[in-house]
Amino acid sequence: MSDYIMEVKDLKTHFHTKKGIVKAVDGVSFKVKKGEILAIVGESGCGKSVTSQSIMRLVGDKKSEEVTGEVLYHGEDLMKKSRLDMQKVRGKDLSMIFQDPMTSLNPAYTVGTQIAEMPMIHEKKGKKSAWNRAVEMLTKVGIPSPAKRAEQYPHQFSGGMRQRGVIAMSLACDPDLIIADEPTTALDVTIQAQVLDIIRDLRDETGTAIIMVTHDLGVVAELCDRVAVMYAGKIVEQGTIEDIFDRPKHPYTQGLLNSVPRPGSRERLKPIEGQPPNLHDLPNGCRFAERCPFVMDQCIEKEPDLLEAESKGHTVACWLEEEGNNDGDRGNTEGRGTEKVF
Amino acid sequence: MSDLWYQLKKNKIAMSGLFMTIILIILAITAPWIAPYDPYEMAPDARFAEPSLAHFLGTDQFGRDILSRIIYGSRISLQVGIISVGLSFVLGTLIGVVAAYYGKWVDAALSRLTDVMFSFPDILLALVIMAILGPSLTNLMIAVGIVYTPIFARIARGSVLSIKNSLFIEAARSMGVSNLKIMWKHILPNSMAPLIVQVTLSFAFAILAEAALSFLGLGVSPDTPSWGIMLSEGKSWMESAWWIAVFPGIAITLAVFSFNVMGDGLRDALDPRLKNESS
Amino acid sequence: MATEEILKVEGLKKYFEVSNGFLRKKSIVKAVDDVSLTVKRGETLGIVGESGCGKSTTGRLLMRLLDATEGTVHFEGENIMEWSRSELKKRRRDFQMIFQDPFASLNPRMKVEEIIEEPLLTIGMEKKERKERVSQLLQDVGIPESYKGRFPHEFSGGQRQRIGIARALALKPKLIIADEPVAALDVSIQAQIINLLMDLQKEYGFTYLFIAHDLSVVQYISDRVGVMYLGQMMELAESDELYEHPLHPYTQALLSAIPVPDIHAKKEKITLTGEVPSPDNPPSGCRFHTRCPIATERCKQEVPEFREIKNGHYVACHEV
Repeated sequence: MSDYIMEVKDLKTHFHTKKGIVKAVDGVSFKVKKGEILAIVGESGCGKSVTSQSIMRLVGDKKSEEVTGEVLYHGEDLMKKSRLDMQKVRGKDLSMIFQDPMTSLNPAYTVGTQIAEMPMIHEKKGKKSAWNRAVEMLTKVGIPSPAKRAEQYPHQFSGGMRQRGVIAMSLACDPDLIIADEPTTALDVTIQAQVLDIIRDLRDETGTAIIMVTHDLGVVAELCDRVAVMYAGKIVEQGTIEDIFDRPKHPYTQGLLNSVPRPGSRERLKPIEGQPPNLHDLPNGCRFAERCPFVMDQCIEKEPDLLEAESKGHTVACWLEEEGNNDGDRGNTEGRGTEKVF
Repeated sequence: MSDLWYQLKKNKIAMSGLFMTIILIILAITAPWIAPYDPYEMAPDARFAEPSLAHFLGTDQFGRDILSRIIYGSRISLQVGIISVGLSFVLGTLIGVVAAYYGKWVDAALSRLTDVMFSFPDILLALVIMAILGPSLTNLMIAVGIVYTPIFARIARGSVLSIKNSLFIEAARSMGVSNLKIMWKHILPNSMAPLIVQVTLSFAFAILAEAALSFLGLGVSPDTPSWGIMLSEGKSWMESAWWIAVFPGIAITLAVFSFNVMGDGLRDALDPRLKNESS
Repeated sequence: MATEEILKVEGLKKYFEVSNGFLRKKSIVKAVDDVSLTVKRGETLGIVGESGCGKSTTGRLLMRLLDATEGTVHFEGENIMEWSRSELKKRRRDFQMIFQDPFASLNPRMKVEEIIEEPLLTIGMEKKERKERVSQLLQDVGIPESYKGRFPHEFSGGQRQRIGIARALALKPKLIIADEPVAALDVSIQAQIINLLMDLQKEYGFTYLFIAHDLSVVQYISDRVGVMYLGQMMELAESDELYEHPLHPYTQALLSAIPVPDIHAKKEKITLTGEVPSPDNPPSGCRFHTRCPIATERCKQEVPEFREIKNGHYVACHEV
């Protein structure tokens, strides 16, 4: 058995629509180690959420949805599991936290009941011990007077509390992998900081691996160990946070980092010009070519593969890397946070 | 407008509805020239004639040509549909928009009024109104128009309420656009879609209501070629002479169907957000 | 820089009455509670705060899209709260608004051209002049003129926001209130819009009131920044001053809570405990005392005065 909890190989999720095939996820591969936090980062429409939903098999059942590839979870391909088996995995070993805490809790049941339901279903626990587990989980996520709170309904919780409740629910069966889809996006900054602290502490305590789907590079820098940057359905760059933040190779990653205003800085922002491509009408070559400041002829002709850059585990899908002509002509790329590479 | 036509053209079902509606209109206009017989002319020797070359759709119990009566009947149906639905559309939309836009007691009063009207069965309400106004085609159209007013009012009100607080309305206010202009340029066009669909549905209902009321002797006189009267009279001869009731029935069905699909198509074509989807 | 005040707000309050259901007691939500500020001509004043702090309500009160419960707002020396409806309509052209949601703020049934033209129609501009102005505006915001016959749904979020900006600029307003203009956009697009807003200001000399929840964006674009919490202004200072020397414990916490996309920026974290209290029952005394790490007995009872500590640096805290 490898030390990877999950290996995703060439995952593709295509939606068949009236306008043609939308290649929301188009050949994504990554691995998640035990206890690590992997960020999947990208802008809206890049396929990051669809990736997480495909892994959980939340898409793919309808005729118009076509999911291919392998999702090896402890060596077992989730794609091959029956729907019933998948239900057993979901919520137990593999759980998910959604963006909107308002809708991920059922307003008709108390928060405690909803958390207790998980161990009751998956571990065949009795009502009493499941309830105790629920209270314990609420304590873990830092909800004050958890025993009392467990008996309350979601509407009696504030937004931040609800998201903690959702996290508690996802933890109830000691999962070894949690997929969190923008878990702090709907929250205010000060509450977000609290929730990020909780997620970090949980990982440190329980060794649960986390796939963190987010658009916020700040969250990535603060919380994650490794990063996969997605653009138009593909991973364009993958590496440790040091690789990504200190030595970004892909022009898109560099562009993203340069687009964010940094506190205290007055330098003019360097946005990425243009718009992301239409997912049902993708270019033949590199998907970023149209917006890329370093675009070359071959970028338009052929799509680059995701290949390893100089440090191990740091992969980039860019012709600039593949040709070995990675610096020199890119003198103007390094902005704040981007250190020049050799 | 050319845009709307272009959108509609792509929708085949809607186009077939439109096509049939146009045929109906042509029939109504050209009835005196294309009808093979006088619709009122009785022919005692040709009673209950089966569909044949002489009478394509057969004759009724008085020997009147059914095809001719159906062609003439389209005039009554269209007239009742257009006038009564037009009446309820204008009246209902006005009530609904005013209620939703001004809110508070205006809304409360108008909404209660429509609720009261809603609580009566359609036909009963129409009967009451007809009883007060007296039987005639004009009064029938007024009655049908009034009966269908509340549904337009309710739809218009809901539609306006749902967009009244839209950001783009607020944006218009922030630019100093007047209330009347906001209603006319922003609120009405964005609340039209459900109303237009209702127009086509009501059109179908109006044709049926005319038939029912005429049958009860409250509409046009029994010898008038109206699809409703033909259908209800033919009912008694279903076993011996099916064609008397079936052909007007088909006419009603076709008319109702074409209005409905056309309404659906119009709704889609009118919504610019749906435009690209249909390509 | 000109230091003339274009907008002076004093003691602005907005209370909403909220009914808690049939026959229950109505409660009063103090969305904006005694806010005072001034905006200087040509500057960008940022207002930042978390949800429910009253920043958007403040923007709408200044636009008179909402009527204030109390307080005065002087625009170029005139109290706009006293303007009649017709006067307000006439003066609207001087202050315009950019909205948060570029999807909801444009009428889906109007073409781009019609959308941008609408404010010009309110002042009865001639057709020829109008067309010219629309082309100029489209050029200003970077939308190809050939797109003017398209509908909003044919544009991406960033482009729509450009259209919204063009509409707000149409009447050459003096003051533009931007309510979270980039919150709904992706980072790479966000940067485009921020640059656009700053370029336009440089070119036409607009004054901005920039409302947002994202402190790094606000700080970047603003000359001065005000921090709101539960309907009150907690701190207001020059942007750099606020970043380097935040005085209010809330500002300090807010600054430290922003996740920075820089793995070497190891800063001291102040994580606030607890949640933002409900504005229909705000805490007594200083509204922040329930979450404040340095709160004292005095903070629970006495509302701190919003006072000038240093030159142009205002703060409402007993402990400063």
